[in-house]
Amino acid sequence: MSATRATMEGTMKYLLMMNTMRAGQGVPQWPIHDLHAHIAFMRALAQDLHHAGELVLAEGLTFPDQARLVRAASDGTPITDGVFPESKEFLAGFWIVDVAAPERAYAIAARISAAPGPGGAPLDMPIEVRPVAGAPPPEMLRDVENQPTATTKR
Amino acid sequence: MTPLDPAAGHLLRDLAPQVLGAVIRRYRDFSAAEDAVQEALFAAALQWPQQGIPENPRAWLIQVASRRMTDHIRAESARRRRETEVALDAAAQLAPPPDAAADPAEDDTLVLLFMCCHPALTPASAIALTLRAVGGLTTAEIARAFLVPEATMAQRISRAKAAIKSSGVPFSLPAAGERAQRLAAVLHVLYLVFNEGYVATAGTQVLRPDLSTEAIRLARALHRLLPQDAEVAGLLTLLLLTDSRRAARTGPGEELIPLDRQDRALWDRAAISEGIALLTAALSRGAAGPYQIQAAIAAVHAEAARAEETDWPQILALYELLLRMSDNPMVALNRAIAAAMVHGPAAGLALLDALDRDPRLAGHHRLPAVRAHLLEMLGDRVAAIRHYESAADLTLSLPERNYLITRAARLRSPTPNP
Amino acid sequence: MRYMLLMTGTCAGVDHYRAWSEKDIQAHFAYLQKLNRELTGSGEFVATAPLAPPQQALTVRAGKDGAPVTDGVFPESKEFLLGYWIVDVDCPERACAIAARLSAGPGPGGVPTNMPIEVRQVMTARTADLT
Repeated sequence: MSATRATMEGTMKYLLMMNTMRAGQGVPQWPIHDLHAHIAFMRALAQDLHHAGELVLAEGLTFPDQARLVRAASDGTPITDGVFPESKEFLAGFWIVDVAAPERAYAIAARISAAPGPGGAPLDMPIEVRPVAGAPPPEMLRDVENQPTATTKR
Repeated sequence: MTPLDPAAGHLLRDLAPQVLGAVIRRYRDFSAAEDAVQEALFAAALQWPQQGIPENPRAWLIQVASRRMTDHIRAESARRRRETEVALDAAAQLAPPPDAAADPAEDDTLVLLFMCCHPALTPASAIALTLRAVGGLTTAEIARAFLVPEATMAQRISRAKAAIKSSGVPFSLPAAGERAQRLAAVLHVLYLVFNEGYVATAGTQVLRPDLSTEAIRLARALHRLLPQDAEVAGLLTLLLLTDSRRAARTGPGEELIPLDRQDRALWDRAAISEGIALLTAALSRGAAGPYQIQAAIAAVHAEAARAEETDWPQILALYELLLRMSDNPMVALNRAIAAAMVHGPAAGLALLDALDRDPRLAGHHRLPAVRAHLLEMLGDRVAAIRHYESAADLTLSLPERNYLITRAARLRSPTPNP
Repeated sequence: MRYMLLMTGTCAGVDHYRAWSEKDIQAHFAYLQKLNRELTGSGEFVATAPLAPPQQALTVRAGKDGAPVTDGVFPESKEFLLGYWIVDVDCPERACAIAARLSAGPGPGGVPTNMPIEVRQVMTARTADLT
């Protein structure tokens, strides 16, 4: 990846993904109070990002049982019966944010990760953060080669 | 650039279809005329804030658009069809068209509506073209309304215009034999536009034009043009009555609130009165069509001060009438709910069993959603929860999914509803 | 109807891609650019983005105090998103047809890569059909 090149406005785009669904997984069956808290949390997040001018796109996807894996046949027509690996973690939803620094993208991801679940406890979801091409590489990986874990507190 | 004030903006949008109609009549090229009128509207938006609104704004716009058309025709003259060459001879002068004030402008808007909603177009094309050519929205506004890039929407409109051109639709009202079917297509497009406006915003989509309001505006215009047509009045009533509940249908967290739990003090009584007056007049004209029936059902709901006072037997009768007119599974689902309200949930559930075999409902969330609702009425919590969750799995709507999951959760909790 | 089309690959796959000839890489890129233009022309294009290579992927969780804790170590076999397309189409078959076009992008020597494309429907913010 070439050297850092931010957008003209000095901001950079990141894709934040919740890859938290498995095949056969359906809707959460939490107590109603916890559902309300989760929905309200996500709504507040979207509004905060919008007001900060950082929200580019936020979408939810339908469930894994409706996902299709498509390849092209030799004549170009779609073959739609591809099978996903059993352990696949499906994308449930994503955010594209336009932020001033990578740390801001990580902070947003951390916030998403801590969304409340059953019993109000943070879900602690792993949120995958990907620079959209053109954004700078994540700093903490510059010098890391083969360390078993690399965690950075900011 | 000084922005156009709202009154001038409304004026431009009202004039747009009239100007387009006049230019099409003169030059017989819908696609090029549409481009020329867009340029004239843009010129007005630039110049009128500084120079003031002209004394005859429609003539001004027609003149500017005509200039663009003759420029276009000169550039394309080698490829023009014979009719256009004749028009070119007649229209070579740049003076304003003498008949600008006497143009049958209202008829042209109607012709445009019929053209833009032609059955040859896909619904998405018809919607985009109608909003542009008749609604006078800019491409950017329509793009924002449908959450697509402007270039994408520009192409949709372009392709729609090309489809009209290749279908050979003449710029005239449909022949008497075709008229009912073509009008039904127009009403359907307006209904779809209205439907597109039902969006939860989470405060993040404030720049989107309000499509429900736009659909009502266009339905009003159509009603003005065809005051004797009862189905047009029926559609307008349906839209007015549905929209009258707008303030009540989502809660503070933007959660969906079903009809039976809405705060009816928030319903727009003026819109309801207007709708009911329109409907009463329409129904007096004879046998009612489907939009009038749907409007009548909405009116029965609107007239109930509280959900408990709803005249469900009348609603059931109206749904049965509607079902005899068209075999629509969504109507059948609604009829099942009405039957449950009149004869008890078991009767409603029995009607759903027949719908299980309807392929049009396969994979659609509404069937399990209605079943869950009736099972809840029956007191079968476990089965209701299961079907709410099936429906939540199937729905494509995020607010709807949240609503269905919440209903399941409410049933699961040991404490009764407040 | 909006669909998200996901093009995925592993770190090994990306390394392999980087070993293509410059000509083959450009041909693949040109193929996708042409498809993007076609999708705009057909009125179906909503969005697309290539992502930075998976070697730069991180996962983030919240630490005890809510501050981000990042981790950049993944199993060799992990499938990463390489790029996505969002399209607005009239029917599911059209979404699959576009996915097949993505799948058929040319690889080394012009042979179609035939990579699998995941097709997911995007949920709508529409509240409900006229309640």
